Parts: sequence; C-alpha cells; structure tokens
Amino acid sequence: MISNINFVSKFKKANLTSIIIFILSIFLIFFKGLNYGIDFKGGTLIELRAENNINVSIIRDTLNTMNLGDINVKKFGNDSDFLIKVEQKNSNDNNLIPEIKKKLNENLNSKIDFRRVENVGPKVSAELLESSVIAISLALAAMLFYIWVRFEWQFSIGSIIALFHDVVITLGIFSFLSLEINLSIIAAVLTIVGYSMNDTVVIYDRIRENLLKYNKVSISDIANLSINETLARTIITSITTLLALFSIYILGGEILRGFSFAMILGVMIGTYSSIFVASPILKFFKVSYKTLEKKEEKIVP
Amino acid sequence: MLNFSKINIILIYLIFILISTFSIFNFLNNENSFIKKKVNLGLDLQGGSYLLLEINSDSLVKEKIQSKVIPIKKLLKENNLNFSAFKIGEKKLSLKIDDLEKFELIFFSKKDNSVNPFIDSYRSYELDYNKLGNNNIEILFSKFGLLTINNAALKQSIEIVRRRIDDVGTKEPTILQRGEKRILVELPGLKDPERIKKLLGKTAKLNFRLVADNNEFGVDELISETGEKLKISKRIVMSGENLVDAQPSIQNQRGEPTVSFTLDRLGAQKFGRTTTDNVGKRLAIVLDGNIISAPNINEPITSGNGMISGNFTFQEATDLALLLRSGALPTPLKVVEERTVGPDLGEDSIKSGLTSLIIGFILVILFMFYKYKIFGLVANTALVANLLMLIGTLTILEATLTLPGIAGIILTVGMAVDANVLIFERIKEELKTEKSTIHAFDQGYSKAKITVLDANITTLIAAIILFAFGSGPVKGFAITLGIGIVTTLFTAYFLARHLTSLIVLKKNNKEIKI
Repeated sequence: MISNINFVSKFKKANLTSIIIFILSIFLIFFKGLNYGIDFKGGTLIELRAENNINVSIIRDTLNTMNLGDINVKKFGNDSDFLIKVEQKNSNDNNLIPEIKKKLNENLNSKIDFRRVENVGPKVSAELLESSVIAISLALAAMLFYIWVRFEWQFSIGSIIALFHDVVITLGIFSFLSLEINLSIIAAVLTIVGYSMNDTVVIYDRIRENLLKYNKVSISDIANLSINETLARTIITSITTLLALFSIYILGGEILRGFSFAMILGVMIGTYSSIFVASPILKFFKVSYKTLEKKEEKIVP
Repeated sequence: MLNFSKINIILIYLIFILISTFSIFNFLNNENSFIKKKVNLGLDLQGGSYLLLEINSDSLVKEKIQSKVIPIKKLLKENNLNFSAFKIGEKKLSLKIDDLEKFELIFFSKKDNSVNPFIDSYRSYELDYNKLGNNNIEILFSKFGLLTINNAALKQSIEIVRRRIDDVGTKEPTILQRGEKRILVELPGLKDPERIKKLLGKTAKLNFRLVADNNEFGVDELISETGEKLKISKRIVMSGENLVDAQPSIQNQRGEPTVSFTLDRLGAQKFGRTTTDNVGKRLAIVLDGNIISAPNINEPITSGNGMISGNFTFQEATDLALLLRSGALPTPLKVVEERTVGPDLGEDSIKSGLTSLIIGFILVILFMFYKYKIFGLVANTALVANLLMLIGTLTILEATLTLPGIAGIILTVGMAVDANVLIFERIKEELKTEKSTIHAFDQGYSKAKITVLDANITTLIAAIILFAFGSGPVKGFAITLGIGIVTTLFTAYFLARHLTSLIVLKKNNKEIKI
C-alpha cells in the first residue's frame, strides 16, 4: 500500500527545525570545537589491559609524575582495559613511548599488556587533517557535479544543501557530545555523504519522472506524491542499514564504536534530509516540467 | 527484462561461481595448492607495527655545499676570475666577483663542468646563483639540485633500512617510499617496535680518528665512554665504508662482548699504515659523533681485522655489529607516525568483527524474509551470493582486510538489499496498474534500473575518494565498500532478476503478491 502522508505541509516546521539545529551545530563546531583524536592533533595513544584490578587514578597519578602535559585516561570497553592519550609536547622525543611503558610497568601492581600503541607527529597529523578536509570537499563537489550532469542544477543545489546539512549536523552532535573525531569518523562522514545522496537520488528520480508524467500538477504535489511513492523503500533500506550498523555498534568492539555511531546518526539524518531538506528546495526553485524539457532527451535513456 | 537467453544464464552463473569460488581459498590451508591467493589481514587485525620515517636532507645539503668550496675556488682561479669576500653560509656560499659575465659563462657550461654538472633528467644545473647587487652573488643548490640530493638520500635510506630490518629477521616486512621524504615500514607480527626504532634511529656513521696531541687539522672535543674529555683530530683515518663485515663476539680474557670487524683492502692498508705510524697513541672510535672507545694502539694492525670494545652488553654488541654491517644512513631518520597493535587485540577485533557481521547478516535476512516472503528469499539468495562474490573479489585482488574493512562488508550487507527493495517496490506499484503480471515485473525492473544505478554510483564516488585520500585501515574500508557496490549491482540485476523470472514464469501470469 502506498502511503498518503502530507509531507509538504510539514516542510515549513521541518525546515525551521533544520535551520535551528544547523546553526546550533555551526556554533558548536566553531566555539566548542571538535574533539580531535591523535590522528588530527598529534600525540600518543596507548591501550592497555591489566591483569589485576587497577583503577584509572593510579594510571593518571603515575603519568602525572612524568610531566607529559595534557593526559587523558579512561576505561575502554571493559574493566581491565584502559585508554591513555598523551598530548604531544615534545615532538622529537622518540623515547617517550618506552619511558611511559617502563613507568607504568614499575608503578602498577599488575602485569600489563600493551594492546595498542599509536604515535602521530604534529606534521603528519596536520597533513591527515588537511587531506580529510580535501577528501570531504572533493566528495561533495563530485556529488554536485554528478547530480548536475544527471539532473538539473536545481536538483544539484538541493542535494548539496542536504549533504551539508547532514555533515554539519553529524559533526555538531559529535561536538556536543565531545566524541572523538579520528580517521574512521571521516570515513563514516564520507559514507554518510554517499548514503544520503543515494536516498536523495531515489526521491529526485521519482520527482523527475512524475514531473514529466503529470505536467499540470504543482511541484508541491509532485514532491508529496514522489516522497510517498518511495517511502516504503526509504524506510526498508534505512531499517536494513541500521540493523547492520547497530550490529557493529553493539558487537563490533570498542574501536568501531565511534564509527558506527556516526553512521547511525548519519543514516537517520540523511533519510530525514532527503525528504525534508532536498525536496523543499525544488519547491523553492519552482521546478516544473519546463525545467526538465530542455534536457529531456538526454535524461531518459 | 525477464527473458534470458541460454548464453546469458550460463554466463551469469559462470561468473558467479568463478568469483565466489575464490572466497573458499581463504578457509583452506592452501600452502601446496595451485592457487595461493588469500585475503591479507591488515596490521590492525593480525597485529604488528607500522612506522612512517622521514629523512631530513638539511645536514646533507650543508655537507654538500661545503664540499663545493674548494672546487669552486679552483675553478675561479683557473679562469683568472678575481673574487673576494668568500663566505661559507648554512646552505649557500657568498662572494664578490669582478667579471660576472665571464663567471656566468663558465658556471653554466655543459662541457666538462664537474663543479656545476648539468642534470639531464631535469634539464637543469645542480647549482644556481643569485645576484645580490654590487657584484656580490650567492651560490646555492638549484631546485632540482636539491631534489637530486633528496632523492638520492631517500633511495639510499630505503636500501639501508631494508638491510637493517632484514638483518633483524622479522617476517615479511613491507618497506615502501611514501612521497618525497618518507619511508613506510610495515612489520607484521612485531609486538614491540622499540628495537627496530632504535636501529633505524641511528645513522651509524663510524669513524676512526686519532686522539690529537696538536691542533694540526683542527680538533673536536668529545667525551669518552669513561667520562674523559678528549681532543679528537678532525682528520678521519678510516670510516665505516671500508668495513666489509662486522660480528658480535666475546673477548676471551674477560668474557666481554665486543664487535669484531673485517676491512676491505683499501681500509686494511689505511688502517695498517696509521697503526704502524702511531704506535703508543690512542685511536678513537667515533659513532655518530660519540666516542665508543679510545684504546691505545699497542702494535701495528695490518691484517685488516680489528675489534671494538666499549662496555657493551651482548645485545648492544649485536646491534652495533648489525648497524656497521648494513652501512650508514645518509641522513638521520625520524619516526613521524607509529602504530602498533598487539596480536591479541587483533584477534579480538577479528572475533568481534565477525560476530557483528554474522548477526547483522542474520538480522537483515530475517527482516527481508518477513517483508517480502518468497521474494525475500530471492533477495537473500542474492545477498549470500553478494557476500561470496565480495570476499572472492577481495581474494582475487589479494586485498588487505582491515577492521574498518569488515565494517564495510557489514554495511554492504545492509545497503545491498536496497537495489532489490527498489525493484520490488517498483514492481508492487506496477502490479497495481498492469493487468499482466509478467509485464508488471518486466516494467518494474526496467523502470527501477536508472534509479538503482544513480543511487549506487553516488556511493561508489564516495568510496573512490575515500580510497584515494584514506590511509591504512580506512583504505581497507573504501575497498570493501567499493567492491561491495559492484557485486551488489551484479547480484541484484542478474542473479536476483533471473531467480525472479523463474518464479514469475512458473506461475504463468497468475496473480503474484510481493
């Protein structure tokens, strides 16, 4: 059964909400900032597992005696696993890691297994940040171009605004919750770009088809019809994707948790934006069958 | 869309079987079999160390410009060019020349110009000069001269790094050039990279220099291993380049670990001459500007064999011997990025990755069956086929599977059904208006085709960009995501469509519900 929900009537409220959250997100990103991990900030990360029961404060106290600068220690997953992050104070010190290891081995009353050790120098982290920004910008530009080729410029603008909306709000939520931004979060953001685009394209495709089919009907009604016609698919695909993602989030281990959380957020926001951001923009541009006419021969293969 | 020729059907299943068969090789112990392809596990899954090293050619440039001083002065004198105010700077030489035109003619001559050679591959001279006004100039390396120095240093560094790592004997190391200044080293299975880091952190420039009793050649004041302040002659008697072998050994009398070395012919001659002329004096053994030891020359050593002692532990002696055997690095190396994963974390990651894959897979399959019943089975068959083909393709490419890569597979599972959902939903719509069931299915497939393509190409674009810009584990994610899209399109549009056609044609145009 094809649903018949009046989405268009909710556009105004939804857009207002989107704009508020979008602006809030920008404020958060600029003023609260993003919690960059060592990939982008440089520094040292150590994941360790202790055999005996120890608590966070012993580790913190031990490291504080070493005068390492900003230190962050927290439990990681279960009770015996800990994650230590040390800000890069002295970038040239290749002895830092063995010294930390030695000190911890001496001071903690337990056998310690160093499960993961990462160290990213300031130059490399700056480069990683730069290439991540380039990658996301390039992905957005590529999408813009693809939609422009396949559809019309109005569609292209609509989809890119929806993508911006998704990326900015996802990062805004990460800023709000002070969640770490690392390389795998960037991978998640790029995948969100792909997924959200995918969702938008399905609706746009239908809008284009319906515009040509019912050329007397207004864009509002066309958008409403198209969203309803594709709604079942939108929901089912979101559900299967979310099933897979929740499976990673819950069972995939601590390392994938941030990644899967970002993806879950992104899939939800992306699904919402295809309906409530990408479609209203076509209405704003007063897209009609005439918009498509010039290119009609090209579009329908 | 529902009619398949026999050739088509055979082709579809042949491709499917061919590719998916490869996925099985990962679970066989195929050491001896004909095909040895397997998916490689990334360092984050099998454990190991990743090091990114950077060379710094500044000191080399300084050295090289200094080595130009005498040849340039000689060149100027030979050509009767008057010069004054000759100064040696960090990376350039400055001087005043009376006849600049003539200088330029000589300085940039392609013939027999050993001072400023023309580099054919770059079509540029090694050196360049800037006019500072008032006939003052500065001579410095040209852009391509610097590049040549840098590239030669990088190439040589990679070679030395390879020798040192091979000598330590880690299994299957990967050593690659990354950009213009960096070397990537991957050491699977290595739990603690500290020893390797220490070995790579030393340039290991070895010199034999006499402890000076006058200032004839200039001296360096260095602290010896015993804390003694020694004046060491700047003149190098012999350097590490003359070593052909070095081995750790135990000195019999005291059981002290030492390094014994063997010199080449030229080295043996030099060493023999020096030790003969200087019996009773002390010879300092200097490594990277530090004195290892400064023993007395008791008697001439002409055999070309010698020994270095210096309060070593056996491990230190072993490492020093290794460094001397492998030769000196042209510039110091700095570790600019390091990632080490212990083997049990890798194992845990594989376990949790596989668990979430299996559970995610089951959830999606159950949901699709609940939603589409018999066609859910079609979609699920396509999904299983998709997974087999995805792993098969990864095997054929011998791609590296990382933890994010596993996440990419799970995500593919979740998103792959989208193609079939799009098609099924479209057929549902068509069924409402079409009287002929077969026709409705046919229409559903052809109308959904463009949408499916458009939708998947966008994700493919994201995957390609991620592959181009991502590093390490993230690249693994991009690979599985990208290949997943291709296999998804294949299984949805060929396998699932064929299975659907079998069902529809069997029902012979009777009403079918999706």
